[in-house]
Amino acid sequence: MSGIINLSRREFVKTGMLAGGGLILGFYLPGSGRAATAAPPTGGTFAPNAFLKIGTDDLVTVIVNHSEMGQGVYTALPMLVSEELDADWSKVRFEAAGVDPVYNHALWGMQATGGSTSTWTEYERLRKAGAAARAMLIAAAAATWKVAPASCRTEQGQIVHAASGRRLSYGQLAEKAADLTPPQNIKLKDSKDFKLIGKPTKRLDTPEKVNGQGVYGLDVKVPGLLTALIARPPVSGGKAKSFDAEKAKAVPGVRQVVQIDRGIAVVADGFWAAKRGREALSVVWDEGPQAGLDSRKQREQYAELAKQPGVVAKKKGDADAAMGRAAKKIEAIYELPYLAHAPMEPLNCAADVRGDGCEIWVGTQFQTGDRDAAVAITGLKPEQVKLHTMLLGGGFGRRAVPDNHFVREAVQVSKAVKAPVKVVWTREDDIRGGYYRPVALHAIAAGLDAAGNPAAWRHRIVCQSFTVDTPFEGAMIEHGVDASAVEGARGLPYEIPNLLVDWRRAPGVVPCLWWRSVGHSHNAFVVESFFDEMAQAAGKDPFEFRRALLNNHPRHKRALELAAQKAGWGKPLPLGVGRGLAVHESFKSFVAQVAEVSVSQEGQIKVHRVVCAIDCGPVVNPDTIAAQMESGIVFGLSAALYGEITFANGRVQQRNFHDYPVLRITDMPVVEVHIVPSRDAMGGVGETGVPPIAPAVANAIFAATGKRIRRLPIRGEDLKKV
Amino acid sequence: MIKLKVNRKEYTVDVGPDTPLLWVLRDTLGLTGTKFGCGMALCGACTVHLDGEAVRSCVTPVSRAEGKEITTIEGLSLDSGHPLQQAWIAEDVPQCGYCMSGQIMSAAVLLRENPRPSDADIDAAMAGNICRCGTYQRIRRAIHLAARTQGQGGAR
Repeated sequence: MSGIINLSRREFVKTGMLAGGGLILGFYLPGSGRAATAAPPTGGTFAPNAFLKIGTDDLVTVIVNHSEMGQGVYTALPMLVSEELDADWSKVRFEAAGVDPVYNHALWGMQATGGSTSTWTEYERLRKAGAAARAMLIAAAAATWKVAPASCRTEQGQIVHAASGRRLSYGQLAEKAADLTPPQNIKLKDSKDFKLIGKPTKRLDTPEKVNGQGVYGLDVKVPGLLTALIARPPVSGGKAKSFDAEKAKAVPGVRQVVQIDRGIAVVADGFWAAKRGREALSVVWDEGPQAGLDSRKQREQYAELAKQPGVVAKKKGDADAAMGRAAKKIEAIYELPYLAHAPMEPLNCAADVRGDGCEIWVGTQFQTGDRDAAVAITGLKPEQVKLHTMLLGGGFGRRAVPDNHFVREAVQVSKAVKAPVKVVWTREDDIRGGYYRPVALHAIAAGLDAAGNPAAWRHRIVCQSFTVDTPFEGAMIEHGVDASAVEGARGLPYEIPNLLVDWRRAPGVVPCLWWRSVGHSHNAFVVESFFDEMAQAAGKDPFEFRRALLNNHPRHKRALELAAQKAGWGKPLPLGVGRGLAVHESFKSFVAQVAEVSVSQEGQIKVHRVVCAIDCGPVVNPDTIAAQMESGIVFGLSAALYGEITFANGRVQQRNFHDYPVLRITDMPVVEVHIVPSRDAMGGVGETGVPPIAPAVANAIFAATGKRIRRLPIRGEDLKKV
Repeated sequence: MIKLKVNRKEYTVDVGPDTPLLWVLRDTLGLTGTKFGCGMALCGACTVHLDGEAVRSCVTPVSRAEGKEITTIEGLSLDSGHPLQQAWIAEDVPQCGYCMSGQIMSAAVLLRENPRPSDADIDAAMAGNICRCGTYQRIRRAIHLAARTQGQGGAR
């Protein structure tokens, strides 16, 4: 049983978090032995968690410890609290949490948002926080009326004493409840009694996102705030040898030019002066060892690596022997490029380093690490560094950086110029700035028996690791295998008696990062495309072929069946339109998608419709699940149809949305989302919509044209009809 | 010195005439509802109205805006009451929300010129606005909804 403590009279009141008094609840888990206060962090793994505040004005504020980057946590997490609190939803507000161990991710020992984990990891804790507050408000009312607590009930933000018809609002009781000791035995509602959880619920953050009032990192205003643009090396791993700032400083509005770890910062009154100043800056670069990096040569290198055995990620039976006995064998090479995240809001961070403290304003997914990076740079104590999490204009993993580089830059520049500074990345800086989804080459083979059933499966993945040598190495690397390289490939759901999946690690020549759905983003494409190849080799329907092999994986099967049924699998389509499907588990959820695609004579690809089914277990906000599936499908389509970062002479060849295109409304298919009714374990939704779309589209293209897509992005010129 | 009229208010700003309007709005006037996304008129996040026409403020020199009525998302309505803003809320369009000022400003010109747009009309008018979260389907729905509301006299 986790413990709950009443913070109303403690630290947070003093620091003004709840002016005017009221009830604040803290929460801690067994083993931490520490109360939930804004005490200095000790790095404890199971640290305290989660808060809510109830003001005398009846407003219920849920302090959200996960970053809002579009995935809907500023609504879903308050819903959890509100359900058990029996709050009036119209009075519920959200607030971004500060940095404190109390706000650490439930599993990760650090404050972070990622891995599609926010809702399911908070599901119990936040409901308990709400339930505890409710019990205390009942106790406060019962004491006021001198009646038994059991004779009181709650109703949308009020305590009601049915026998006498008396009512008090939560706000009226907040001060009194603040003096009470929280209950330690908290009973949660039966899910059948839920009034809010499971119902389509409007997002709390929409109003401020339609009138320009929402404050993203880039919008932060601080008195005296300067803007810096940084000239970074044109080649990954390069360094500035020397620079001449004379012309840059001559640009009106440019204040200073300073060198930091990652480049030369031009600090100015505003963005435009900083940009013009950077253009006028002259830097001599030492381009470093990657000056010759070339994507064509890298392809050849990866193809050679694919011939060498890797570290075994999964082994069952004897794949080689079974392959030798197979009645029919197929094999293929699949290739996927580096991908930039390209969130709509270019990266930025504002920092104000002073002698006695440091403030940081940033849209980040990694609060603790970013704060600690600032501590290391400034020499200040952790409690002297205050990090404000702003709205994120998209994250997709790009704002979860183990090396904290975009925060470090701002802190270093502010420290150097002794003024508040906002470092802004241009779109070009973003597209060319590295931290990509790794390039990957897959060598894959399968053997079928005489009846057309899969007998052997051999899958070699060639890609770099981006968690080695980071704080995440311990969690991600097991028996020499990087989970983020092989996820979605080693846990094949289909029944295949002999199987070998191995990972041949490629050198990490460019910094890479988790890109929405991470390893699943390439592994699902390969596995689900190749499964279609197997179905074709077996002369079987791709849906029936998969379905027959999923008897031990009912959640995959149910999602697949629902998507196929809703899509009208097997029913005739207009001439030239092909239908393809894929099913994939990622982040504990199960998603199947059916795509309808046509290809013109000129090779122009049109995705007409995508039917998506998801089993993510119990549903919190069905509308958010639908939104995240739509979002994942678009994100995956952008990558499948256009996404590619390439190198020549060590330099990234793309720079903005004209040569790194993303899906526009003109190419938006009709997307239908269906949720599988499920009482199984809850999974995530932020990333899970991405993996199946590329293989579903590629399989549909095969159905439409007979041409197999084995390399992304899909190249229209390969599909021209001659 | 350049004189500007933004959201019915007059300002005098001391900036170079080639400074993009976007940065005058954001850095000089503090109107940060208009967003920076690409700097090359490729994504539409910076869309504002110049005398009622949608322009990409990231490539519009401030000198071009002189003497014109500039409207930003902050000035589209006083209270988020524009039918598009209400429709955006009703359809829960935004996710990260960063592109939405530009989307709504583009849609506002479309609706004024074409009160009952088809899907194809919407796609054509909105093709310059990127949404990386992929809310396009909801944008279409919301524009249709706003068109209906406006048709019923809901416009202000």
